[in-house]
Amino acid sequence: MKEAITPQQAAEIIPDGAVLAIGGFMGVGSPHRVIDALVEAGRKDLTVIGNDAGRPDFGIGRLVHARAVKKLIASHIGLNPESQKQMIAGEMEIDLVPQGTLAERLRAAGHGLGGVLTKTAIGTIAAEGKRIIEIDGEEWLYEPPLPADFALIHADRADYIGNLTYQLTATNFNPIMAMAAKTVICEPRVIVPIGVIPPDDVRTPGVIVDHLIARV
Amino acid sequence: MEALEIIQRRVARELKPLSLVNLGIGLPTGVSKFVPDEYSVFFQSENGIIGMSARPPEGMEDEDLTDAGGGFVSALPGAATIDSAISFGLIRGGHVDATVLGGLEVDENGQLANWVVPGKMVPGMGGAMDLVTGARRVLVGMQHTARGRPKIVPKCTLPLTSLRRVTLIITDLAVIEPTDDGLVLRERAPDVSVETILENTTAKLIVPDTVPEMELSIRTLEEARRATSEAA
Repeated sequence: MKEAITPQQAAEIIPDGAVLAIGGFMGVGSPHRVIDALVEAGRKDLTVIGNDAGRPDFGIGRLVHARAVKKLIASHIGLNPESQKQMIAGEMEIDLVPQGTLAERLRAAGHGLGGVLTKTAIGTIAAEGKRIIEIDGEEWLYEPPLPADFALIHADRADYIGNLTYQLTATNFNPIMAMAAKTVICEPRVIVPIGVIPPDDVRTPGVIVDHLIARV
Repeated sequence: MEALEIIQRRVARELKPLSLVNLGIGLPTGVSKFVPDEYSVFFQSENGIIGMSARPPEGMEDEDLTDAGGGFVSALPGAATIDSAISFGLIRGGHVDATVLGGLEVDENGQLANWVVPGKMVPGMGGAMDLVTGARRVLVGMQHTARGRPKIVPKCTLPLTSLRRVTLIITDLAVIEPTDDGLVLRERAPDVSVETILENTTAKLIVPDTVPEMELSIRTLEEARRATSEAA
């Protein structure tokens, strides 16, 4: 059994300067109540790993808007002008990573792998300063694992022990991030009794989930 | 016919029945309007769906079902939803038959720049680098010029998206194929002369003896099957 905690309690667990992997794609499938609580608690100097900078004041964009983010590691920031503004003003560091590489770097961190070898970005400015590894005459770009202190994820259903299911395109990075962090905080749409979720439907096993956010 | 529709119709004729296709945001998204349902093309959206379909009727949107731009979509029977690792596994792993992307510049090497204008527009590459590197066919659909400035240039001045040579460049004026020998002018838009294309292109173009006019009609399923099996 897990204890359900409030978004405010979740925010208390997370210190300033923490590295957060935050699920969602343009805010779809993001843990919005936890994000709100982080903003209300005035967290700052966060490193955020996420697909994107969300939309203005929405999803990860809420944290950017509140100037809580010191560094953002993401594949796309184009739908949130505030993030480009802060980047150009030097107020927020942005590390742009190709989306597939971002997914695999998180996956490597969560799956105990030493990194990823990919063709993506070879010869582009996104590969500058990175290692090229030659294997049997073929060149690959080495991308290191990307672990987080906390995964803040959204799920569709959780049961009392934290088994999770996801729905439609709200899945995105959530199950990958759940594996990549020391502490996993999940904000599910609903919490259901043990046994309601058939074992084959579980996408993230409850044993790796540390905290569930209580219903509204 | 408007420039956008010319490009979208011509791109649509490149898509094979039963194939897996990724359409970029913007102009490429509109290509699906010219792809008949009976082709059973599966459109992938990289945020995690294969079998994406049109926006649902007003009031029936699902906030958990969107395209990569965050816009509401629906799903076809037979659709599958996947996480981001599988989505990009499909892309990098060569399982996506074709990707259609917009372009800022394409050069004589057939290399594409489409993700950043340093100091001005820094949206990020999103999935573009993975798509250009991994999709089996990379179709660039774009206006031939931007405010009168040619976009098909000797050498890209903007940062590249990938070193990979794209498969085909389709514009409102022409269809151009990058080859080992350089850029070959394959087709011209209706009522557009070869001279007009050359005037609007700073890259060197190889011009064959005959450059036919683009076909822009929507192929029937049978025609599409035949055309794509001939191409293979």
